[in-house]
Amino acid sequence: MEYVPVLARWLHFLAGIMWIGLLYYFNFVQVPALKAAGADGTAAGITKHVAPRALLYFRWSAVVTWLAGAALLGANFGSAFTLAKGFAAIGIGSWLGTIMLFNVWVLIWPNQQKILGLKPATDDEKNRARRVALLASRTNMMLSMPMLFFMAGGYTHKAAFGL
Amino acid sequence: MKNPLDSIWGTIISGLVLTVVLYAVVKNFLM
Repeated sequence: MEYVPVLARWLHFLAGIMWIGLLYYFNFVQVPALKAAGADGTAAGITKHVAPRALLYFRWSAVVTWLAGAALLGANFGSAFTLAKGFAAIGIGSWLGTIMLFNVWVLIWPNQQKILGLKPATDDEKNRARRVALLASRTNMMLSMPMLFFMAGGYTHKAAFGL
Repeated sequence: MKNPLDSIWGTIISGLVLTVVLYAVVKNFLM
């Protein structure tokens, strides 16, 4: 049983790097690249071959990250999510990660399916989907900053919180 | 007012501000 937290932490980091790495790829690379590609008519290469693959790993690594994180919290799961004494920092990190997982599956993925033509949608619906997906993705990028600050708590954070 | 999440830098600054605010809340009220 002592191997469970070791493996859960490892998997949490591996999947988390993939998830947040792809989130930063979308925000720093793909969104501006699509804008430029749209201008010279080469966007299809990205929307047809790159974006669906990136979204596949993005949404499922989010699930694996959350599950491995829950396993890592183990018996402290409830204490973290209720922000119990001594668990507030990791609890805030856990809540931010959970909100981000919600955004991936409820806001980003269903709207990206419309944008990429994986689900039927009118032009109006596509335009609205673009706006919602962009704002949800940017929200996750914003949330990733405090999420990582609170998640990555170690000895340094004990000093930061005056413990 | 323009939505700060419309730009990368607006998003990053919002993330930094949110980190500082949450840190202050946790340190002063939840620890």
